[in-house]
Amino acid sequence: MAGGVVAGAALAAGCASRGRGNWDFLNDGQAHTLAAICDQIIPADDFPSASQAGAVTYIDRQLARHYRRHREAYRAGLEQAELLSRKLAGVSLSQAPQKSQFEVVTAIEKEQPAFFALVRSHTFESFYGNPRHGGNRDAVSWRMLGLDEPPVRGRAQYDFTKGAQS
Amino acid sequence: MKRVNAVVVGAGAAGGIVAKQLAVSGMSVVLFERGKWYTPADCRKDDLRNQRTTVLGNAFGPEDEGNPRVLVDAAGNAHVVLPSEGSYQNNAACVGGGTLSYGAQAWRYMPQDFRLKSTYGAPPGSSLEDWPISYDDLEPFYDQAEYEIGVSGDYSPTPFRSPRKRPLPMPPLPANREFEILEPAAKRLGLHPFPLPMLRNSVPYNDRGPCMRCRWCCGFACEVDAKNGSQNTVIPIALGTGNCELRMSSTVKEVLVDDKGRARGVSYFDESGHLQEQLSDIVVVSACAIESARLLLNSKSRLFPNGLGNRYDQVGRNLQGHHYTGAVGYFDHDTYDDMGPGASIAVMDYNHGTPGLVGGGMLANEFIRLPIHMVDRVPKDTPRWGLAHKQAMRAWHKRSIVIMGPTQQIPTADARVILDPAVKDQWGLPVARIQGNCHPHTFEIGAVQSQRAEAWLKEAGAIFTSRTGGKPATISAGQHQAGTCRMGNDPQSSVVNRNCQLHDVDNVFVIDGSVHVNNGGFNPVLTIMAIAYMASDALVHNWKGTGLRS
Repeated sequence: MAGGVVAGAALAAGCASRGRGNWDFLNDGQAHTLAAICDQIIPADDFPSASQAGAVTYIDRQLARHYRRHREAYRAGLEQAELLSRKLAGVSLSQAPQKSQFEVVTAIEKEQPAFFALVRSHTFESFYGNPRHGGNRDAVSWRMLGLDEPPVRGRAQYDFTKGAQS
Repeated sequence: MKRVNAVVVGAGAAGGIVAKQLAVSGMSVVLFERGKWYTPADCRKDDLRNQRTTVLGNAFGPEDEGNPRVLVDAAGNAHVVLPSEGSYQNNAACVGGGTLSYGAQAWRYMPQDFRLKSTYGAPPGSSLEDWPISYDDLEPFYDQAEYEIGVSGDYSPTPFRSPRKRPLPMPPLPANREFEILEPAAKRLGLHPFPLPMLRNSVPYNDRGPCMRCRWCCGFACEVDAKNGSQNTVIPIALGTGNCELRMSSTVKEVLVDDKGRARGVSYFDESGHLQEQLSDIVVVSACAIESARLLLNSKSRLFPNGLGNRYDQVGRNLQGHHYTGAVGYFDHDTYDDMGPGASIAVMDYNHGTPGLVGGGMLANEFIRLPIHMVDRVPKDTPRWGLAHKQAMRAWHKRSIVIMGPTQQIPTADARVILDPAVKDQWGLPVARIQGNCHPHTFEIGAVQSQRAEAWLKEAGAIFTSRTGGKPATISAGQHQAGTCRMGNDPQSSVVNRNCQLHDVDNVFVIDGSVHVNNGGFNPVLTIMAIAYMASDALVHNWKGTGLRS
């Protein structure tokens, strides 16, 4: 599985500049760690992973907007996740092989339950929510679920020939 | 400000109707609304920011900034909560109130719902009571709400329907796939399924078109304006009379009282944030159960040191909502066709008459599903994250049906709204502090309802099911909030009389879900509307020039 590599490539394309890159809140290092966690929560298969569909963009934007109250949780949580990765995998989370990433994220869920619950919720929001917020790029999850995209309008209107009959 | 006959606080389901009924009768009215007026263009189809999924905020108010509440959990710990958090118990803050964005199920309560105590007896520890009005008293006003606001559906297949004089004004929407799957299964179980009533146009009505069956329904403003609320029916009529002024972005601070103990108007923060007074002959409080109670409690004066209408410590008690219970069924074929409004079929067979249970509840299929709703509704043995979760989403999103319903809530006096002693809102006013829970018998009813939902799904071919509901640790009184200013004949155990008039102050009325003695086993909005018509009728009848006939 090359999910981590693909995610990294997607991130690199998303923030070509140095330092803070194009992020509103995160720095590049935090963004890579977060992408790795998001991609364990929703990995790539024949449809994109969470970060490929814009999960980090979504979370970063909201940390500068509606989720400002979660900034400290992310700052501390990502730092702790990195420490955990270096301890368990010997390298930064985004550099670790897929199998190790899974083990580290499993450990994060166990040792940082509040932080993990937050990332899990936000990752799902990004992937299954409305594309306008930066996740679910090109409505990819809705296509995955077999929903009409764009939605079909005006179908199945009432048959007026039947009239009112309640 | 020019003195008017009536101030109405809150432009929601009830306030809109009261304003229209008074204005049409020739009374001068100022209708206050703390929120804004949205249009169909504000539908926005935002799965994460609407009035049902609020992770990125409430689309139709209130804003997270400056409007906190305090929730006391089961262990007695107080938490400051924001309007976009579930435990806030939000409804909405906008013209139309909840009716702008609701799912719009339009239920009449049943005759027994007005006589619960005399039908079943009150469970020990509960505050269960009969209403001072009967179903028959309310029936003409249910009819008026159905025809003026606009309801589609068809009660004829169920013998349990409440007595009515004529059919609903609009036929039901055509069946969706869930209806087609669930109807024969219910019939095989001996039940009486029918297309449920909705405040939604199925055909052109009130000069607006019908529903276009889209996914962004419950929780959203209707993009084609086919959902009927006070904002697109009675409020425009009220304004059209020339007798009613709508004052938006204005938060009422308190009901003002004169030396004789009668209301003389309200003080409010106008759209620029300046404190103003609006004098009036009468004041109608229609701010929804939690905020109506808070406004009365915040209206303290020399004569009413504990708040208006609160002489016997009844304001804010008996807070109710609905404990929702049901089941999810998983199928080996597609069951979901993505056709709004989704909820389409219901049974009333279980509302009353089960030995050992005080009432029951209506069961219906769930509103249309946004993908985000499915995340925690995948089969219970699915890992919470990872590839297996993603694949479960793919496997089950279109192959599952949810049946659920509002369980008859057994009230307690300890489930209540009080003023928080410390936390203030953006205007410096004490916020609502919500504490207590419904009576535990509610959960016993809910457990039985879950089993019934499960049996219906299995009969319909579900290969496996799981139950929803459980025993929430705190009260669920959001969009269905009710009960805090109970209607009754005894001033010591209720807040308003059968005309929704405060026992304590004869020119102040509470007209909204606050007056519900119990909240039925149904969505409450049509009852709120019917009571608004009934109370307005009495008010207009008793009106004499500049005051009420005594």
